[in-house]
Amino acid sequence: MARRGKNVLFVSMLLTLTIALGGCAGDKEAKGSDQIAQSQTTAAAGTENSGTEKESAAQETEAVADSHITIGIPQDLDSLVPSLSQGAGTQEILFNIYEGLIKPDSDGNLVPAVASDYTMSEDGLTYTFTLRDGIQFHNGNPVTVADVKYSIDTCAGLNGGEPVISAFSNIESVETPDDKTVIITLKESSSSFLAILATVEAAVVPADVADLQNNPVGTGPYKFVSRSLQENVILERFDAYWGEPAHIKDITLKVIADADSIVMNLEGGAVDLVARVSTAQAAELSDSFEVIEGTMNLVQAVYLNNQVAPFDNEKVRQALCYAVNKQEILDFVSDGKGTPVGSSMFPAFGKYYIEELNDTYSTDIEKAKALLAEAGYADGFSFTMKVPSNYQQHIDTAQVVAEQLKQIGVTANIELIEWETWLSDVYQGRDFEATLVGVDASTLTAGAMLSRFRSDAHNNFINYDNADFDAAYANALAAEAASDDEKATQYYKECETILADTAANVYIQDMCELVAVRKGFGGYTFYPLYIQDFSKLYLTD
Amino acid sequence: MSLGKWIGKKYPVNVIIGMVITGVMLLLIVMSFFYTPYDITKMDSASKLAAPSLCHLMGCDNFGRDIFSRVLKGMQNTFVIALLTVIIGTTGGVLIGAFTGFFGGWLDEVLMRIIDVVFAFPSILLALVFVSIFGTGRYNVVAALGVAFIPSFARIVRGEFIKYREMDYVKSARLAGVGRPRIIFVHILPNTFPVLTSSVMIGFNNAVLAEAGMSYLGIGVQPPDASLGSMLSESQTYLFSAPWYAVFPGLMIILLVLGFSLLADGIKANA
Repeated sequence: MARRGKNVLFVSMLLTLTIALGGCAGDKEAKGSDQIAQSQTTAAAGTENSGTEKESAAQETEAVADSHITIGIPQDLDSLVPSLSQGAGTQEILFNIYEGLIKPDSDGNLVPAVASDYTMSEDGLTYTFTLRDGIQFHNGNPVTVADVKYSIDTCAGLNGGEPVISAFSNIESVETPDDKTVIITLKESSSSFLAILATVEAAVVPADVADLQNNPVGTGPYKFVSRSLQENVILERFDAYWGEPAHIKDITLKVIADADSIVMNLEGGAVDLVARVSTAQAAELSDSFEVIEGTMNLVQAVYLNNQVAPFDNEKVRQALCYAVNKQEILDFVSDGKGTPVGSSMFPAFGKYYIEELNDTYSTDIEKAKALLAEAGYADGFSFTMKVPSNYQQHIDTAQVVAEQLKQIGVTANIELIEWETWLSDVYQGRDFEATLVGVDASTLTAGAMLSRFRSDAHNNFINYDNADFDAAYANALAAEAASDDEKATQYYKECETILADTAANVYIQDMCELVAVRKGFGGYTFYPLYIQDFSKLYLTD
Repeated sequence: MSLGKWIGKKYPVNVIIGMVITGVMLLLIVMSFFYTPYDITKMDSASKLAAPSLCHLMGCDNFGRDIFSRVLKGMQNTFVIALLTVIIGTTGGVLIGAFTGFFGGWLDEVLMRIIDVVFAFPSILLALVFVSIFGTGRYNVVAALGVAFIPSFARIVRGEFIKYREMDYVKSARLAGVGRPRIIFVHILPNTFPVLTSSVMIGFNNAVLAEAGMSYLGIGVQPPDASLGSMLSESQTYLFSAPWYAVFPGLMIILLVLGFSLLADGIKANA
């Protein structure tokens, strides 16, 4: 009896462990997607997504009176107050409730929102905004210039207290000469001021509502109805919206913290739409779903520490670039989806993006070997590639890269590390040889991608040091200060070319973003920033 | 003598089954050191998530790597890690248990209280703490699990030593002037072997599961190398589209553990 008891004990232990581990994996994945949300800005080039295509059709569709959609989100909102929100995953939702004076459209252009028009002075120090006529808050009160001043003062720390948005410490004053005009004066001219003003953190909120956390009131196409912590957030269409009204009346945002249950939630009918599913998840979905493809708007690459041997040798870095086959990586990791890139810039940037750089190094094993031999590493070498353990797609990519590098005798030992460790050791401590991650942009300004490669930049974690690059970047800034956009763009492009030619990193791709939508819904629109615009969703039948 | 008679007489059936399973698993593990059907990191886009076939006995994973080869290598990794873990745990446990049990006194008190504290935490949790301090990788996992396994062995050995040190033959040996180290290692230790052996086997099983758990969490064997736990972790995304990816590594963990626990039962029964 005792013996049999022991066996039963072992089998049950095994089962318990399996179940316990299953639970752990859920947490791990969920944490992963949370961090992706915090570290990446997302969506696609507005030119090539199915959302825009259908937009004209959507405009003809009458707003259906009684329509409802449930959308799965990976984490609960960290705050309902725009200026206090932190996670990108929160801000992308708040985008539907709140608006700033201006806001980004699906092409990444800044368009007037609460302001109907704005002008900038010659010296770039004074911005004059005209308040939109008849615009109201969700509570029915009209938006006044006092509300605008209050909102921006709060963000800039002019109401007392620290600036909520650090870049707004550059604001000298906010004035309201009449009840239609707001004038913002800056201490120094800044090319990124408007981009930051368009973020949801700088949204216009009513000055007379004290408790926005429990009673969120904005001007966006959807108004807040209720919220159940860690479960859901319910939104309803705001019928007095100044712009094109939303199509779907009711939205329920359901928190699905366990990434493993996304497919079950979709198939079981609990949710209708989930953004950013993996290719594996998409493959598990049945015919009743459509998977829309966009890009994540980041540059995934093997980032090389340009100061440690052998990566301090340009020939070695180029050899790695020649050895890596980007298309093969895409085929293995994401069924061929994604956009290969050749420098630190992704397609959504439009005018700054140079597609040709992608061909700087077409896979050539012999050439790679020759370059290694020239650099004195004819027999290859081995190095450690640190990869954040919470992101499966980076781990998968790293394995393919390691396999490809074997062909030129280079051994890449993969070391998985926690995201927090990655931030402290690799990003801040710069203690690494190579790391495979995606680097994104917080705003659609060229500087967001390129400024980190200046030799003296505080966030130059790859220790890139190139005098030509520094010069070109300085020229670009000078041209921008002189408001010569064409010349600035030209210099920024020069910067990208230098990064590609000197093989600063082994550039791979802008990863694909997949959105699972139940058939019957349409209009999902990708933004080149981390935004989910629910107002464009509509029912197709 | 017929086989049936032999089985019934010498060993119970469950022990025979345990022997067969363990024998086959050990054979596969030994084989994996010299031969796997495919290179375990060789990727092939044509056979991504291919179903089991004659070419790929257990099918292929999402990179088109042969799962059978990876299961073999994974078993080897899991086995070696579990073995080293048990060696560290047993050596440490025997030394601490023998000295505290034999000598008693304040050293015994201090060490056993420390052991009590360590014992209060699940070994996998201790190992996680260790790994978070010293970093990931298979040797850190070995060290972490090994240290975490010491308390259970120390307690068992200590108990045995307390029992034997009062026995007449030990007292006689002492009177005859035999040195203490000799009494500990030559006169007493061999008598603890029956109990020790079965706890080593149970410990081995726990180590297999713990290693699988650690690799499942991504802190054991690093990719692209394989372990049974890491394969299970990677496979769960494809549970519906490629169930064989999860089934075979899982089956191997079950067989490895089952074989050893059946054997351990037999040894305990004989002792």
